[in-house]
Amino acid sequence: MTLKKLAVTFALGSMALVTVGATSMRAQSHVNSPDVALGTPSVDSTESHIGAVTGHAAEGKKLYRRFCIGCHGPDGNGLGMNAAWIDPKPRDFTEATFKCRSTPTGTLPTDDDLYDAITRGFVTTNMPSWRPLTPQQRADLVAFVKTWSPRWAKEKSGTPLNIPAETPITIESILHGRQLFQKLECWKCHGPQGHGDGPSASTLTDSKDNPIRPYDFSSGSRFMCGVTNQDLYRIFMTGLDGSPMPSFADVVKPEEAWDLVHFLRTLQPLKSQEADLWQTYKAAHGADIKPIGPDAAAGGQ
Amino acid sequence: MSKWFANGADRNLGSRARTLFTCALLILAAVICDCRAVSALPATKAMAIPAFARKYGLPCSACHTAWPELNNFGQVFRDNGYQLMNDRDSPIWQNPSYFPITFRITPNWHRESTSNQPVDSIPGDGTSATVSHNVTQAGFDLSGMDLWSAGTLYKNISFQLLPSSDPTAVWHFESAWVRFDNIKGSPWLNLKVGRFELDNLVSEKRFLFLSNNGGIYQIYHFNVPGSINDFGYGDNQIGVELMGHSANSYTRYSISLLSSNEGGVGLTNSVTPGGNPSSRSFDGNLAFSQAFNAGSWGLERVGAFAYIGQRPTFYQTSGGTQLVGLGNEPFYRVGFAGDFFFKNLELLPLFMHGHDNAYLGNGIASNSGPLPSTSRAPSFNGGFLEAHYYVSPQLVFLGRFEKINVGQQADIGNPGNFGNVTAYSVGYRYYPIMFSRAGLAWHNEYSISKSIGIVPLSGDGTGLPPLPLPNSQNVWSSSVFIGFDFDF
Repeated sequence: MTLKKLAVTFALGSMALVTVGATSMRAQSHVNSPDVALGTPSVDSTESHIGAVTGHAAEGKKLYRRFCIGCHGPDGNGLGMNAAWIDPKPRDFTEATFKCRSTPTGTLPTDDDLYDAITRGFVTTNMPSWRPLTPQQRADLVAFVKTWSPRWAKEKSGTPLNIPAETPITIESILHGRQLFQKLECWKCHGPQGHGDGPSASTLTDSKDNPIRPYDFSSGSRFMCGVTNQDLYRIFMTGLDGSPMPSFADVVKPEEAWDLVHFLRTLQPLKSQEADLWQTYKAAHGADIKPIGPDAAAGGQ
Repeated sequence: MSKWFANGADRNLGSRARTLFTCALLILAAVICDCRAVSALPATKAMAIPAFARKYGLPCSACHTAWPELNNFGQVFRDNGYQLMNDRDSPIWQNPSYFPITFRITPNWHRESTSNQPVDSIPGDGTSATVSHNVTQAGFDLSGMDLWSAGTLYKNISFQLLPSSDPTAVWHFESAWVRFDNIKGSPWLNLKVGRFELDNLVSEKRFLFLSNNGGIYQIYHFNVPGSINDFGYGDNQIGVELMGHSANSYTRYSISLLSSNEGGVGLTNSVTPGGNPSSRSFDGNLAFSQAFNAGSWGLERVGAFAYIGQRPTFYQTSGGTQLVGLGNEPFYRVGFAGDFFFKNLELLPLFMHGHDNAYLGNGIASNSGPLPSTSRAPSFNGGFLEAHYYVSPQLVFLGRFEKINVGQQADIGNPGNFGNVTAYSVGYRYYPIMFSRAGLAWHNEYSISKSIGIVPLSGDGTGLPPLPLPNSQNVWSSSVFIGFDFDF
C-alpha cells in the first residue's frame, strides 16, 4: 500500500469512525460537562471591572465551560453533574444571591466581591481557590457569572460596607463581645462554645432548603469569606445571604462589632492576641465566668 | 515543479513532501467531516456519574488543557500534592467506596514504515546477502496500559503509584513515590522520595502524542552514536526531590538527587529483569521556571534545567558476571524551555545541549588506558517546537518539529552529520467523553523522522543501523496512528 492510498484509507476511516461515534453518542442519555451547551443567560452582555482589568462575559463563557460547569451547571443554577455529591451545594447564579459580599444584605455584590470569592475559594466547601487563573481570566468569569440573573441588568451593586478602624484588643472588649454573643443568641446556632452545635443547628436550611451547618469556630480553619478580623467583621455585619446567618448591621454598633470579633477569635484554637488575653482572664477569674446558653440571663461574665 | 523537488539528491524527499501534502489535505478533510458529525450531536444536559467529583467535584478540563497535559490550575494542584488546599484534601472526605485509581490504554490501528533497513535478500534465508529495504508493518494493536493511583494519604502527604505494562502485559513500576507537602506550612518545601518524572517544564509523560515516532521527544532520549550512556531526560529517575513553588506556581524550582542508574530498580539500570548493575554514584537535576501573566493572551512560562550525571564504563565482575558499575564518567544535559499561550494557541519550544565524557561517548572502559587519538568527548544540540491549537476543551490540533545535530562526533572518523535527527508530527485529538471519572479521546496522528546512519529512536525497523557501516544513510521512519485513547 502506498502512502497516498494509506492516507485515503486513513481519512475515510477517520470519517467513518467518528460518524459511528457520533451516532453512538446521540443514543446516549448523558454527555460530558464541557460538551454541554450552556443555557441562555438572562443578560445579553456584561463586563466586570476589577481595578484596571476589564472582564468580558464572552471570554468568561469559555472559561465557565472549562472550569465551572461541572458544579454550577450549564444553566448556572448550581445543578452541575457533580452537584449531587457536593455539600454544601454549588451556588445558584440565577438567584444572584451571594454569601460573601461587602455590600448590605439583600443587595448585589460588587465585582471585587465576586473576584475575591473566585480568587479565594471557599475553604469549607468544594469551591477551590482559582488563583492559578490569570487576573484577566478571573475578571472574565466575574463578567459571565453576572449574565445568569436579570437582577444584574436591573439593579446596581450595593454600597460597600465602611469598616472603621479596629478598636484595641482588650479583655473588656472580649468580655463585651461575649455578652453580645449571648444577647444576640449567636449560641443558638454556633453553640455555647462555638462548636456549631447549638440547639437550632440541626434545623437550619439554606434558601434552597438544603440542610446547612453553622460555622464551627473550634475547627480552627479559615472563615468562608476570608481570614482577617476585617473579614469576620464584614461577615456578620453584611450577613451571608442565602444562609440563615443574618446581618447584624442594624442591631450592632461598629465598636460593638469589633468587640464581637475579638470574642469570636477566642473560640478558635489559634494562637492570637485575643486568645492569650482570654486564657489569662480565665485562669484568674474562671469561677466567675457564667456559661453561655439559655440559662445565662444576660451572658454574665 | 520547484527546483527543490527537482533536485536529484532529494527526489525521494520531494516525493515524500508531496505525499505529506496530500495526507495533510485528506486529514484536514477528515477533520472537517469529523467536526460536522460532532456538531450534529444534540446538546443534551443530562448528568453523568463522576468519581473524582466525589472528592473535589471538578471536570477534568479544569486541570488539563487537553488531557493528559496540565494547565496552570492542574499544575498548582499537582504542586500542592494533589490538593486544592481547602478542607476537602484529606482522604476522610472521600466516599468510602472511592478508590483513587484509574487505568489508561489505547486500542489503535497503526502503521510503521522504516527505510534503508538491512534485510535478507531472500526472505527466510539467513545466509543470503543483506540488502537495504523498507520494513513496513500495519495493523490493529494495543498500547501499553497504565494502572495509575495517586492522591493523598493524609493532609499534606501525597503519593503516586503507577504500575505500567507493555502491550503483552509485562509489568514494571513506571513511578512510585511518597511526597511530604508544604513542609513547615510552606509551599516552597516539598520532599518527594521514590521513582518519578524529572520536573520537566515540557512533560513527556503528559503530552499529547502517541505514535511510535511522535510518541517520544527525540531530544529527551538522544545519545550520540557510539556512546554507552543510557540516560534519557524524559525517563523517570529514582531518588529524592526537593521542590518548591509560589502559591500560584508561577515560580517553581526543583533539586533532585538521583541514583546514577536511569531510574532502574534492584540496584540495576532497568525496571525489568536483565539490567546491568548500577554504580554507587549519584546524579543531580536542577530545574527552575517562571511564569508571567500576559493579560488576555494567557500565561507565559520560561524555564531552564541542568542534569549532571555519571555512568559506569566497566564493572566489577566475578567469573565474568557483572556485580557493580565502576569507572564512572560524567555527562551533562542543559537547556531551556517555554510554554507560551497566545489565546487558543500554545507553543512549546525547548532547546538542549548535551555532552558526554570521551570514555562514555566511545564506550571505552576508563581503566583501559589512554583514549585512542580518534576519540573525543561527543556533544549535541537540539530541541523542538510544539504547537497546540485548542478549538475547544474537546478538540485540539497538534504539530511538532524536532531537530538534533551532533556537534562533535565521538569518533573523529564519523561523518559530521552521523546521528542527526529531524522529525515532524501532526495530528489532532477529539474528546467526546470528558467526565472527571472517565475520558475518551479520538486520536489521529502522523509522524515521520529522519535519522542519519542510526536506528530510529522509536526503535522501529530491524533495530540495526543502515548499510553500509559506518555510513550516512538517511533512515526515514514514519508512523500513522489512529486510536481511541481512554482513561477510566
